[in-house]
Amino acid sequence: MRTHNSGKSSLGALVMAPIHFLMGILDAPLRWLQRATGIGGMAAFFLMPNMLIFGIFVLLPFFINFAYSMTGGTALFLPDRTFVGAGQYARLFDCRSYLDPGSCAEDTFWTAVKNTAWFVVLQVTLMILVSLVTALILNRDLAARSFWRAVFFFPVLLSPVVVGLIWKWILQRQGLLNFGLYGLGFDPHVWLNDRNWAFAATIGVSIWAHMGFYTLILLAGLQAIPKDLYEAAEMDGTRPARAFWRITLPLLMPNLLVVVVLVLIRAVQIFDEVYVLTGGGPGTSTLYLTQYIYETGFAAQLRNPGLAAAASILMGAVLVVLTLLQLGLGRSEKKGGRK
Amino acid sequence: MGHIKLTNVKKSFGAVDVIHDVNLEIEDGEFVVFVGPSGCGKSTLLRMIAGLDRPTSGDLAIDGKVVNTVPAADRGLAMVFQSYALYPHMSVRQNLAFGLENTRMPKDEIAARIAEAARMLEIEAYLDRRPGQLSGGQRQRVAIGRAIVRRPVAFLLDEPLSNLDAELRGSTRAELAALHARLAATMIYVTHDQVEAMTLADRIVVLRAGRIEQVGTPLDLYNRPANRFVAGFIGSPHMNFLEGTVEAAGPGRSVVALAGGQKLELPSTGMAGARVTLGVRPHHITLGRSESSLSAKLTLVEALGAETVLHADLSGQKILVVAPGQHDLAPGESIDLSLAAAPIHLFD
Amino acid sequence: MSGIVRFLTRRRGGKGWHWTDIVTWAWLIGGLLVMFGPAVWLVGSSFKSPAALAEFPPTILPYVTQKVTVEGYDKPLDLYEATLEDGSTAVLAEVRRIGVVSQMVDPKDPGEIVKVNIAKRTPVREMSFATDNYTEPFTHFDFVRYLWNSVFVTVTATLITLVVNSMAAFALSKYEFRGRTMAMLLILATLMVPLSVIMVPLYSIVSALGLFNNLWGVILPTVATPTGVFILRQYMLTIPDELVDAARMDKASEWQIYWRIILPLTAPALAVLAIFSVVWRWNDFLWPLIVLSRKELYTLQVGLSIYSGELNVQWHFILAMTVVTMIPVVLVFIFLQRFITTGIAGTGLK
Repeated sequence: MRTHNSGKSSLGALVMAPIHFLMGILDAPLRWLQRATGIGGMAAFFLMPNMLIFGIFVLLPFFINFAYSMTGGTALFLPDRTFVGAGQYARLFDCRSYLDPGSCAEDTFWTAVKNTAWFVVLQVTLMILVSLVTALILNRDLAARSFWRAVFFFPVLLSPVVVGLIWKWILQRQGLLNFGLYGLGFDPHVWLNDRNWAFAATIGVSIWAHMGFYTLILLAGLQAIPKDLYEAAEMDGTRPARAFWRITLPLLMPNLLVVVVLVLIRAVQIFDEVYVLTGGGPGTSTLYLTQYIYETGFAAQLRNPGLAAAASILMGAVLVVLTLLQLGLGRSEKKGGRK
Repeated sequence: MGHIKLTNVKKSFGAVDVIHDVNLEIEDGEFVVFVGPSGCGKSTLLRMIAGLDRPTSGDLAIDGKVVNTVPAADRGLAMVFQSYALYPHMSVRQNLAFGLENTRMPKDEIAARIAEAARMLEIEAYLDRRPGQLSGGQRQRVAIGRAIVRRPVAFLLDEPLSNLDAELRGSTRAELAALHARLAATMIYVTHDQVEAMTLADRIVVLRAGRIEQVGTPLDLYNRPANRFVAGFIGSPHMNFLEGTVEAAGPGRSVVALAGGQKLELPSTGMAGARVTLGVRPHHITLGRSESSLSAKLTLVEALGAETVLHADLSGQKILVVAPGQHDLAPGESIDLSLAAAPIHLFD
Repeated sequence: MSGIVRFLTRRRGGKGWHWTDIVTWAWLIGGLLVMFGPAVWLVGSSFKSPAALAEFPPTILPYVTQKVTVEGYDKPLDLYEATLEDGSTAVLAEVRRIGVVSQMVDPKDPGEIVKVNIAKRTPVREMSFATDNYTEPFTHFDFVRYLWNSVFVTVTATLITLVVNSMAAFALSKYEFRGRTMAMLLILATLMVPLSVIMVPLYSIVSALGLFNNLWGVILPTVATPTGVFILRQYMLTIPDELVDAARMDKASEWQIYWRIILPLTAPALAVLAIFSVVWRWNDFLWPLIVLSRKELYTLQVGLSIYSGELNVQWHFILAMTVVTMIPVVLVFIFLQRFITTGIAGTGLK
């Protein structure tokens, strides 16, 4: 504990003065409360605001979501809605062939499911690869490592809307990408009007925006591996590639698993930056699940909260499975002990 | 003011009973030390008196008023914690003032009390420092100062010296004794160190496994331990315990055969044939042959200069002797031990 | 200079260049361009005039066509360098354009109209930063209002987050009571219930509470973050319980113990949570998009996305507003980057 210089502490005092005053005013009634309810009552008092907010804004919606998913109509409030049982789920699953979204009653839902599935598979694979390579490179004996780490971390803090706009600007017809290609002699292309390129763009942009975060976790894992293991391996004449497969990867596994599950969970819920970048288009080529739920529940002409709730419960089920997977993997990792 | 009475106090954490039925009365102005091995419940007892823990059953009275449901803040007690528990983000002065401000005491009164305590404890020079900038001994003084300014009904001290080095512990002990004499306030002091207990206490309460083993003045406990546990706990080095059997019991004189065969004459014992444990303090055994002396083989000699500590083997039983002065002895030698002048305690 | 190069290219063991070194540096330099390039390009573009933004190929720096005021014409005219029929070149001002023919005048001698094929003239350009892009949204659009809404939401939500979560963390770390583990598990379980799963019922609850189209409807559902409770509780567990006991002996009320002892000592963890909360709330998009449907209530993020989704996108304003939206986050990045990265590496949260 160091002494603060007087200037800093007087500034601090100035900032703290109103807070002290406010907290001080609260003291008298709360002393009375403490006298009335005892210390146990005060514990409840401290916990109350948080629990209240959790209860109203997380737990309550969580439970009535099931009720919503079993009602129909466009009414917003539950009492005004008609009970339809499993009708909404039946509608979601009403398909002649699950492989062809066009054959489904709710074809946009299946399009969104298909798009999300492809997105998850490709984005997660690439994200892990890119983050892992970056982490391995940052873990080398680099000069100014914290600078390079910051470089890759920079986009993580940007808002998804800003990320979407930055890339929308770059991928548009007069954008930087076309400029670069023009310099190489190619014709300009309107990337986001092309189904495949737009899909690829959502993957690339989401990786660009979030890879720094996962790189950081993986880098922390790499730095926790004792250096003497590599020295021992070198003494044994182990080649670097073999050292990677036999030392680095097994020891990094716990962090890697955490990252894989985190990336999976986030990929399933992808929305913000894609919504700004492509708006789900062109057509429905980049329509993902969260956007489907949002549009079905809020934005569509004839909104259908029941259908949106049913779809969100299905997505929630996938997320719960993924989270339990993480917990299960974490536990077996612990049980397995140190290798 | 500062009379504390515990009646049938019990405490259990879940299914585990940590305090069994404790009855104790502490007089106003008394310096009482709770002593015992770790886990004996002495700290729990102190925390119950403080009001930080609630007794499971029984009554706790301060100055005749039962305070079972009175919160710690309203009992008028002050406590010095083992870790000192000084507020790290406040200066020494703010630490001392905090408790007084909470009672809405006028500012000049607070300043006066802090000045007085600071003078008494010689901490005036660092009133504006933070606890992190103080040495262990200085922090300890501040912790005591924080209690003093409150002018409490009684002081509760939880192992306040255990974080100091040996030298500082000795001098602070003396200061604490002087402080008690000066304040004439009730002090309850918890320690596992029997030396602190002996030097500070008016009365010592020896605790073991949640029960009071004996209550008495230091010399009471030293001279007349109620049982083998108290005998072994009080006094340094520990009392020797010798196993034996009463061979002959006569009026005023009996013979005990020690394990290993040697015999000892004692003024009086129990019935013939009874197995007994004899307790004799290392300081009370003298070297030299006499008609009733015992013979032992030296295993270790620790020469401390002013006295010599001899570890010996008495026909298979270990015995420790503290002989004044210096002796030219070596392990392996045989020595003769005389218990003639020693007060001998008999335990069943 | 060579020293810097040597320092930057320092390699393990000082041996020759290994292929992994080349990959490393290619990756790092590439990363530098890919990570910062787009943002830098955006900032650069935000200073271009609408005309310059519509050009292809674009210029790196913002240029505008020079204009002159010519006698006899109300508006300033664009300046061009034209190649005349006799092969000479002259700097002329364009009066009007008809098909492929441009009617031009000499600014110094505006009497005579010269006809030039538009292929034979190039604009005279000068570098100019279109600061209008920044100043106009502040005066003509609701931009100031969005900015204020965002600031209000971010600051209020962060303050409430700090108070509410630290109170809960205090209860969960310094009190023994039945159901404590249960409460902790409940809080952590809410991590598994993301917004995208409960947005329909949450919307109805917020509406029922009268918070639809209300900034409090954006703030309240976000303020009880499980991660916040978690980091604060972990930190408070490291504060010795004896301090709480000491304060109780000092006649402090439980409320005083909370705000005079525990809160000041939790300052480092509170700072971490405050930074995260500011970034989270500033960047929030989906929930404000749902709750706010009145223009004057939009936050920056919602306003930006709505404007950029319009049929006729006014990119020059959008780009400038995007830059302004980035500023707080970039400041956080510059000054607190090290703080945040170690925080994430330590706790694995975002």
